[in-house]
Amino acid sequence: MQTAIQQPDQCARILVADDDPDDRMMIEDALEDCGIRVNLDFCVDGQDLVDHLQGVKNNAGSGSAPDLILLDINMPRMNGLEALRSIKEDPALKTIPVIMLTTSREEADVITSYRLGCNSFITKPNLYDSLVDLLKVLSEYWIDFVKHAPVQKAIDDTLGRD
Amino acid sequence: MLKILIAEDDPDDRDLAQEALSMTGLASEVRFVENGQELMDYLNRGGAYADREPGLPDLLLLDLNMPRMDGRVALRAIRETPALRLLPVVVLTTSRDIEDIRYCYETGANSFMTKPSRFQDLIDAMRKLEDYWANVVNLPPSN
Repeated sequence: MQTAIQQPDQCARILVADDDPDDRMMIEDALEDCGIRVNLDFCVDGQDLVDHLQGVKNNAGSGSAPDLILLDINMPRMNGLEALRSIKEDPALKTIPVIMLTTSREEADVITSYRLGCNSFITKPNLYDSLVDLLKVLSEYWIDFVKHAPVQKAIDDTLGRD
Repeated sequence: MLKILIAEDDPDDRDLAQEALSMTGLASEVRFVENGQELMDYLNRGGAYADREPGLPDLLLLDLNMPRMDGRVALRAIRETPALRLLPVVVLTTSRDIEDIRYCYETGANSFMTKPSRFQDLIDAMRKLEDYWANVVNLPPSN
């Protein structure tokens, strides 16, 4: 896991899983350019994401549960669909919104992702300016309007704590 | 153009939603059902909707507190029905109860929004919602 953009803790925390360093850099730049203040962390594949979320559950991840996960599909070690399945089968993690953000526009990937419980599916644009526009709409929707379930509380409840 | 189905029991809230959606400038086709039972009949083409044209809406906006069948029960029924499993459901309710938010995500709502009380905020919310679901998201096939 890599920390990219750091803002005060009250700003939303977005966790992006993408294996391509250029794509990670482009997402970081685009999020900065669309003017939304977020904390941004990166995982480099599905396994890294699942390991990181287990760390958050075990409190090894400094309590930094993400408010939103952006998940690529084609990644080594564990692909995004397997990671999605693992998150949505975990009672402590399943309330975290997961948005597939992938170059794929295959109908099979769209259907499988929704069936596994992704909260939405987005095809990554090729052009940088389109990515900025897209992330602006996405952030305004998910950060300004949508209500999120308190993930830390779900984790604590699952572990039987107060 | 986004086909939106709104399940909402309060006639004033239906009018406000209709009005707000007409002012966003993004032409969505909007239909209403008035409670959870009517919603399930509509989606399953049963009861009064046995003869309606086939197909599903692109997006369901679901109120929680409704008579006959409330939104929580309807959401669970939708996710347990294979033909409706993929339907994008946005819960739009006056509730800001953490237990409701958690229940809805656990049960498979795609997102949860609290209804703004000011009309201008409702227009803004509907514009963001339509812009996101119509222009950014790849929707599941709706037929």
